[in-house]
Amino acid sequence: MQNEEISRRTMWVPRFQPSAFSLQPFLKMTAPNHNWRKFKNALMQAVTLVCAILVVTPLVLVFYHLVKEGFSSINWAFFTQLPKPVGESGGGMANAIVGTFILLGQAAVLGVPIGVLGGVFLSEYGSSRLNWWIRFAADVLNGVPSITWGMVVYALIVVPMKGFSALAGGIVLGMMMIPLVMRTTEEVLQLVPSGYREAALALGIAKWRAIVQIVVRTALKGIVTGVLLALARVAGETAPLLFTAFGNHFWTHKLTDPIAAMPLQIFAYAISPYDDWHRLAWAGALALLLLVLFINVGVRVLTRDRFQRNV
Amino acid sequence: MRTHGGSHFGDRAFQWLTLLMALTVFALIALIGYELTRGSGIALRRFGWHFLVSSDWDPVNEQFGAVPFIFGTLVSSAIALLIAVPISIATAVYLTELAPLWLRQPLTMFIELLAAVPSVILGLWGIFVMVPWLREHLFPWLQKTLGFLPFFKGAIYGVSMLAGGIIIAIMIVPIITSVAREILRSVPGLQREAAYALGATRWEVTRIAVLSYAKKGLFGAVILGLGRALGETMAVTMVIGNTPQIVASLFAPGYTLASVVANEFTEATTDTYLSALFEIGLVLLGVTVLVNALAQLLLKTFAGPSVKPQH
Repeated sequence: MQNEEISRRTMWVPRFQPSAFSLQPFLKMTAPNHNWRKFKNALMQAVTLVCAILVVTPLVLVFYHLVKEGFSSINWAFFTQLPKPVGESGGGMANAIVGTFILLGQAAVLGVPIGVLGGVFLSEYGSSRLNWWIRFAADVLNGVPSITWGMVVYALIVVPMKGFSALAGGIVLGMMMIPLVMRTTEEVLQLVPSGYREAALALGIAKWRAIVQIVVRTALKGIVTGVLLALARVAGETAPLLFTAFGNHFWTHKLTDPIAAMPLQIFAYAISPYDDWHRLAWAGALALLLLVLFINVGVRVLTRDRFQRNV
Repeated sequence: MRTHGGSHFGDRAFQWLTLLMALTVFALIALIGYELTRGSGIALRRFGWHFLVSSDWDPVNEQFGAVPFIFGTLVSSAIALLIAVPISIATAVYLTELAPLWLRQPLTMFIELLAAVPSVILGLWGIFVMVPWLREHLFPWLQKTLGFLPFFKGAIYGVSMLAGGIIIAIMIVPIITSVAREILRSVPGLQREAAYALGATRWEVTRIAVLSYAKKGLFGAVILGLGRALGETMAVTMVIGNTPQIVASLFAPGYTLASVVANEFTEATTDTYLSALFEIGLVLLGVTVLVNALAQLLLKTFAGPSVKPQH
């Protein structure tokens, strides 16, 4: 497996070869310099440690403030009631919570089959040159700003349907999931030892059945992990929903109506001038973050010993 | 024989199906480009290249130019990179080279969780916690100590270009850190051992054998971060002040390409206005796709496809 991967890589992508490193830096490594060098070593250890602490601080601060401001507003009403009009206190985000799950369901229906099958192609079929381009395109696609996805689906779905809709919101999130799921699926499929494939083929099973019943099934846990992480990622997306799902203050049961979603609601409440809505924004943000972190931590704990690299 | 023929057909069909799914990434890229170009048709015909050099943004008189937004996007991303790059690279160095072994895994996981925090939640935290703190503490202090520079002159509102840059920095730090960490991990152990054998200290090994070897890959990580910074929408929109102007002071509010679309898209009352916003999206797409393509090329030629894709 390892060898196969290396040879596939070197066939056409030139590996970066460093020039033999210069001797210049080593000339300073002399005995009289010893204390200075040891000091510099300790100094850089300290500097990089401080940087690591700086990186971690925002997450700690964000979580602290979310709990401090939001925890008191997470109650039964938050999960069961509709938002109240301005001036009335109380109310909840029930419709936004349900809306987020409806959007995620639609996104999964669109994104998972395409992503998983595309990942199967990348891992099991294709020439290295074609697959390089597909991977490249998928990675570039992952970097497309989420707001532009929203504009595209606005032009593609919202304008012809003459209105914002839950369907458009689901489609935009589903499209964003495709490259994410494709790449993670490919990665976990490549972790399946090639002996499994060979054994299956040697028994006379058709290749596609070997892939579906042996390879994909072996890697199923990893694929599910990738799908869940992709869902967690799009669950927090706000920008693409602004002009597709649009948001809604009420319950909807039709996919052709605008629908509420947690990130949209948090955004709308955060930029509103009312204290009561700010409280709900904090509570919503806490709930959303807990959902996202729960998925992220959960899948990492579940798959830790199965794969060496957490996907 | 019949089963053989059947499975042969099954193989063909399955291969074509997966190929088709894998090719959707190209279709999606084409779709994004097509829809944005189509949407910006009116603006493209009416303003042409003038759109990219004009700084008027006057929806009432239908005069549109993208310069203030391009300026805002570039400046906020530059601030973000200035803050994020040294911190992220140092953290990646700490994680792979200098940190005690027991600390590496939990710290890495923590940073990956930071990458999972939705943009809108950071924006909420930015509005209610970070911006007031900047207004009352950091900005006055900066003005007192560095006020002779044009960047730190003028009235302090809190919401500002600098606040936008800082929030983007918080968003891209985990991305740059984890890509840089993967890059540093892919540096062969032999490089390090060779330097150790010559009597180098831990930091000298890092600097001479690891960092200089990984230079190209680290550059790729930084460019990837830039791609994210340029397209970052929600958090920036919530703290940057949303005023289309070009001033030297970083304490003054600004506006970015992504945030003008997020704010004004649903309020665009005329076709020309909407079309101008589509053209803004087109500019944003063009820049981010170029930047991301460059980043992927750098990362792929450095380490081959084994470097984990970052989402």
